[in-house]
Amino acid sequence: MQIAEHIAQFDAEMQALIAEVHTMPEPAATTMGRRSFLKLAGLAGGGLALAFTLDTRPARAEGLAGERAGDGGGEPAGLNAFVRITPDNCVTLYSKGPEIGQGIKTAFGLILAEELEADWKTVMVDQAPINPKVYGNQGAGGSTSIPRAWDQLRQAGATARLMLVGAAAKQWNVPVGECCAADSVVTHTPSKRTLTYGALAKAAAEQPVPDATKVPLKKTSEYKLLGKRYTGVDNRKVVTGQPLFGIDVQMPGMLYANYVKCPAVGGKVKSANLEEIKKMPGVVDAFVLEGTNTPAEVMPGVAIIAKSTWEAFKAKDALKVEWDENTASKDSFTAIAAKAKELGPTMPSPPATNVGDVDAAFGSGAKVVEAAYDYAMVSHQQLEPQNSTAWWHDEKMEIWTPSQMADRGLSLVAKVLNMPEDKITIHQTRAGGGFGRRLANDYMCEVAMIATRVKAPVKLQWKREDDFAHDLFRAGGYHFLKGAVDAKGKLIAVQNHLVSFTGDGVRPVSGGARSNNSFPEDMAANVRYGVTLMPLQIPCGAWRAPTDNVQMFVAGSFLHELALAAGRDHVEFLQEWFARPLKTPEGPAKGVPVDVSRSYNATRAAGVLKLAAEKSGWGKKLPPGRGLGIAFACSYGGHVAEAVELSVDARKHVTVHKITVVADIGPIINMSGAENQAQGGAIDALSTAMG
Amino acid sequence: MPYQLNINRKPRTVEAAADTPLLWVLRDTLDMKGTKYGCGVGMCGACTVLLDGKAVRSCLLPVAQATGSITTIEGLAEGEKLHPLQQAWVDLDVAQCGYCQGGQILSAAALLAEKPKPTDQDIATAMSGNLCRCATYNRIKAAIHQAAETKA
Repeated sequence: MQIAEHIAQFDAEMQALIAEVHTMPEPAATTMGRRSFLKLAGLAGGGLALAFTLDTRPARAEGLAGERAGDGGGEPAGLNAFVRITPDNCVTLYSKGPEIGQGIKTAFGLILAEELEADWKTVMVDQAPINPKVYGNQGAGGSTSIPRAWDQLRQAGATARLMLVGAAAKQWNVPVGECCAADSVVTHTPSKRTLTYGALAKAAAEQPVPDATKVPLKKTSEYKLLGKRYTGVDNRKVVTGQPLFGIDVQMPGMLYANYVKCPAVGGKVKSANLEEIKKMPGVVDAFVLEGTNTPAEVMPGVAIIAKSTWEAFKAKDALKVEWDENTASKDSFTAIAAKAKELGPTMPSPPATNVGDVDAAFGSGAKVVEAAYDYAMVSHQQLEPQNSTAWWHDEKMEIWTPSQMADRGLSLVAKVLNMPEDKITIHQTRAGGGFGRRLANDYMCEVAMIATRVKAPVKLQWKREDDFAHDLFRAGGYHFLKGAVDAKGKLIAVQNHLVSFTGDGVRPVSGGARSNNSFPEDMAANVRYGVTLMPLQIPCGAWRAPTDNVQMFVAGSFLHELALAAGRDHVEFLQEWFARPLKTPEGPAKGVPVDVSRSYNATRAAGVLKLAAEKSGWGKKLPPGRGLGIAFACSYGGHVAEAVELSVDARKHVTVHKITVVADIGPIINMSGAENQAQGGAIDALSTAMG
Repeated sequence: MPYQLNINRKPRTVEAAADTPLLWVLRDTLDMKGTKYGCGVGMCGACTVLLDGKAVRSCLLPVAQATGSITTIEGLAEGEKLHPLQQAWVDLDVAQCGYCQGGQILSAAALLAEKPKPTDQDIATAMSGNLCRCATYNRIKAAIHQAAETKA
């Protein structure tokens, strides 16, 4: 396969990935049955036993689920794959998804604890092992971890609680209805007798497993935990520097690797000074990998294996590779920008979307506005550079990784190594940021392939510059827009020609298609949308709310330009726009997975904008030099309005004084976490918008 | 060759090449993972440690020059009792991914040692070399103020 095809294939995968997150059914908490979760408990305990039998210093990182299982108190009772209780009353909850800074380890724990009636002050939350057969989706992409796991986690917590209460009732020989659970204790209400969850754990595991889909769940008014403020479950470890992240994995006898790829994506190794490199201090080996020639897997390169990270890095600096760049990317951003400008005025014929009569609307419109917007390729730069640790032993592959989608990595590693998935064990660690970059598992595939040639555990560590050079960039894009308002200042027509990129000459790159949230077909009575694709070999990928992160900015800004042209108040203009007739049904409906391409709800939109206007003091008199801007965005089920108060000084320096964020993202699990995301997201957006 | 280091009030002897940055001696040789690798060129602050009380970038400090009293994030608490900055970080739930926060806390510790009651501007200046990709800056500032109150 040609490199362009590989990239296109990868790109299609990246696009399929987000869609997959939204369509993959979550198994009910108990559908795996007792046999399955006993097996799972064995798997988790196996990680522990393995580490202990090899060395007194266990492989560390939270990815080793079950690491606490042997801490004391005898046999743990795995009530289901999410809950483990030891006789010493230690309640451990398993977070099935990766913690990448979005707070789900805390939020998932809270949801489980709420239904379990566990004492939050004493529960432990650990990372679950990667086992999609048991847990369903274990990735974090598409901004929907909470809504997608919501029912599954509540059912898991409630199921375990029923089993504990059932065990207590049996022991006391009283009706279940006379018993209640709270703070990890079951109480027989009439006699005030109590038993701790720990005391009940073993007996509870013998209870019949209730049908998870039929267990009664709490009403919102009954919540004791959800919606309040909580500090993150790992915060004490974070502030005391405990090992949590992929980069912190340490194994006995572990070696350290760096992998050097062609700076121009798609280049192959012609020759390298491997013999010189092998003689360098601390270097154990150096070898060429042909790889699979796919950016999402393993591109061709040189692996350097050393006794320390620093020695691997020094060897990398001394490595001289002659690259065959015949098939490598020749993309030039300057050339791309010029080409886009040239293509901009010509809408593809026929346009992809043509509703009403745009030309007539432009002819009759009281005001017609034309504008061009563009945005650059953006790199993710999560603060923890890519890494993973792999250990090839006993014909099995064991991997520790800070991936955002380690479940998908499991199948990719199996493919790359041509080995069955059941020979591969993956432990997910905390990740030092993700932002969509770690939806791809290239670093995991690389270390797996390297590890098959190393007779010890090996940690692959990318340098920061590797992360810049080999990112899967947020696609740049160019929008050529035209819009019209009628004599009453009402929006009547929008035309958007997006000049974007393609890897295979057919499909847009990941993040390079028109966003149906940002530019819906019912944006106005008359719309015309078209996309022209320019060839690109540089791989693109998901970056925080793919496509919408930029196209919402374009659409929102252009709507403001139209409001200005109409001479209308922006908030009033938007509220009228929200009230327009919609072609597609509003979503998301209750119980239906969020449709990534269309999750707009007019009532929620109007609500967040109204509140943002109120809270920011929209319409108030501002001091000289200050301005207040407001915008709305809907993406991945979230409805958000933000108002920014800023000033620009004589030297055109911008000072942001205040940002008001109103977000309707459904029920809040942890208010502190939600606020943290809103604050961080707003600052990240400013940074990305202003460069 | 062997180097004598003083880390978190304890003498440590390590075997390393003279140019090895203290960062990698801490992480790989001494298995102290609290000090993080972020950029390797002193631009992000994730590798911040205290050298005689001053915040330094351990990714640029060769082990041969690491003479003095070194404090890493693992050595800031006194036993189980967290340093006021660490406590404030937990209280205010500062971390998102948490990767930069050890470096942030140590830079803040150096600031508070010099200015026990820093202004917002003091904080902005002192902390400008510590990047947080999740952008937890508002809470970092609030936590430093809270710790300053606690210490007083």
